[in-house]
Amino acid sequence: MKELLLTGNQAVAHAVRNSGVEVVSAYPITPSTPVVEEIAKMVERGEMNAKLILVESEHSAMSACIGASLGGVRAFTATSSHGLAYMHEMLHYAVNARTPVVMAVANRAIGPGWNIWADLSDSMSQRDVGWIQLYCESNQEIYDSIAMAYRVAEHEDVILPVMVCYDGFVLSHTSMPVKPDDLREFTGEYEPLWKVDFENPETHGNILPPDYFMELRYEICRSHAAALKIMERVEREFYETFSRRTPLIFESYRLDDADVAIVTAGAISSEAKIAVDSLREKGVRAGLLRIRCFRPLPSHRIVQALRDVERVYVFDRSVSVGSEGQIFQELRSAFYGFQSSPEICGYVVGLGGRDVTSEIFENAVTGRINSEWVMEVVV
Amino acid sequence: MRISAMPEEEYLLEGNSACHGCGSSMALRTVLKALGKNTVLVVPASCTSVYQGMYPNSAIAVPVVNSAFACSAAIASGLKASLEHKGMEANVVVWAGDGGTYDIGLQALSGAAERNEDIIYICYNNEIYSNTGIQRSSATPFGAWTTTTVHGKREHRKDVAELMVAHGVPYVATASSGHLDDLYRKIRKAKSIEGFRYIEILSPCPPGWKYSMERTVEIARLAVETGMWILYEYENGILKFTGVSKAIADGKKRMKDVEEYLLLQGRFAHLNAEEIQEIRRYVAEKWRKFAGMRGDGHVVAAEFFV
Repeated sequence: MKELLLTGNQAVAHAVRNSGVEVVSAYPITPSTPVVEEIAKMVERGEMNAKLILVESEHSAMSACIGASLGGVRAFTATSSHGLAYMHEMLHYAVNARTPVVMAVANRAIGPGWNIWADLSDSMSQRDVGWIQLYCESNQEIYDSIAMAYRVAEHEDVILPVMVCYDGFVLSHTSMPVKPDDLREFTGEYEPLWKVDFENPETHGNILPPDYFMELRYEICRSHAAALKIMERVEREFYETFSRRTPLIFESYRLDDADVAIVTAGAISSEAKIAVDSLREKGVRAGLLRIRCFRPLPSHRIVQALRDVERVYVFDRSVSVGSEGQIFQELRSAFYGFQSSPEICGYVVGLGGRDVTSEIFENAVTGRINSEWVMEVVV
Repeated sequence: MRISAMPEEEYLLEGNSACHGCGSSMALRTVLKALGKNTVLVVPASCTSVYQGMYPNSAIAVPVVNSAFACSAAIASGLKASLEHKGMEANVVVWAGDGGTYDIGLQALSGAAERNEDIIYICYNNEIYSNTGIQRSSATPFGAWTTTTVHGKREHRKDVAELMVAHGVPYVATASSGHLDDLYRKIRKAKSIEGFRYIEILSPCPPGWKYSMERTVEIARLAVETGMWILYEYENGILKFTGVSKAIADGKKRMKDVEEYLLLQGRFAHLNAEEIQEIRRYVAEKWRKFAGMRGDGHVVAAEFFV
């Protein structure tokens, strides 16, 4: 398969077309807008057999996707920042309705002041709604993640929506070589849980009294747990099909013999890898754990991967205001109760598009950064 | 059409938990008879989301998708696109109250209307948030008591049917729970048309309007006879009065005074003469406006209601 030079947004559009998506509904917002512009062109040129519903808000975009998914087709939307925040109610809805919608989120800060640049505040703010969350480091990974997301979302043990997150501009508007493999066979057919059946009509989503409601939520939690097992399978199958290793749960980079570990998610991980290499050259045995799947949180697997290191440096490109970075919070919580827990330090970096360079990671590991908020701009 | 001539099939089942005398459930029963089996209802938060029954039961014998409050028109758009893509023939129908239509759902409704989605949107208008316990909506008429307008609402209602006419959709109709034959005919007509169709049904609510439950039909009819509610159809750019409203417009029937309608309802019991006069003025103004919009002849009786 010949490589194409694609931006992150274009990679999404190509993957959506090649995964056999049938209904796309969206509302424009920077930096995810080009995803839908690209899809609109594909539909107009007849390259994609899908119905495009250009709605009047993100709330309606998610609603139309939920309606389409209930009707039994593969649905997709893309958004960012305020758009994702505006969808919030329907993000919950998609989970409880068990509609395996896939959404691309080009991560962007939330205003005011208006800021169109990258940080993960938008999707991190949605961590409790029940969506599976994947974070990407490159445009190839974005491309692969869309197809893998449908496989996980639509698996009978899962049936949950998935958001594929990637840093705005850093990935969304930056071109990289992408292998646009034909994903159609890999994604297979979507078999909805609930069907519009006129012979045996059923009501979806009516009043669910206390006798049933906890079971509904419990089943969703169980499906999240099952999703991790399905992801391992999908990872393997993806490799067997395309001979390309695309991790779904997390990536370990030079971690096997590491004394110190950096933990990241998203595009800043590339800079973290440069820092790891540089630290190794200086004799520090550093490694990186790059989180791909933040929901469900692969706690056990993370603990297994990090339990033998002495110190863990977590870098969050978002913050839970009034507390700490979300990944930092959750990592400490994952290690709670383990006797041989490493020391874990947390840093907030790169909010609203502030540059995150390899020096920042290196300085943290070598003790030259003392603040939990890394504010300085390294030129 | 006689009610006895409607199909015998029932899609709103006995034992549903609607209040006695509920104008909305009478209308829904008729609407489903007119639409028939191949219908999916999209129901946002409303009284119907309660009287459809609790899981694992349902009082509605066609597929139903329950929607969040603000987005029934958007869910219906996605559902229709989906079924169409699969080659399934289906009437995708939103069944929403005035809260879900006039207020929180207006943006999604306007979007779906502008996109000319191939769906039928039905608003059963009981002029209040009835399911949350009788609060004002923007469909609540001037002077009406609600739990959030305890001395009577100070503003006149807005008119979403008129707004849908302004959107220029293929079909708009108003109907009433007091004229089920007319409602049945309009739903059948809507079913035969492609594109976005909007039907609004005035649905009296005994606890919300504070009247005795056996008077729903009488009150719904009085709303039309006093000119408080105008029955019409808008199709191919032409607005036509129907039923009693047509008879009034043609000068064949004299419009009754609004007081006959207001006095039957506890929600208007506190009104003074000045407020009643304000309602008269509003009705006259509304009729003058609609007389100007009429596309099938002049309104003969316009001078009657000044």
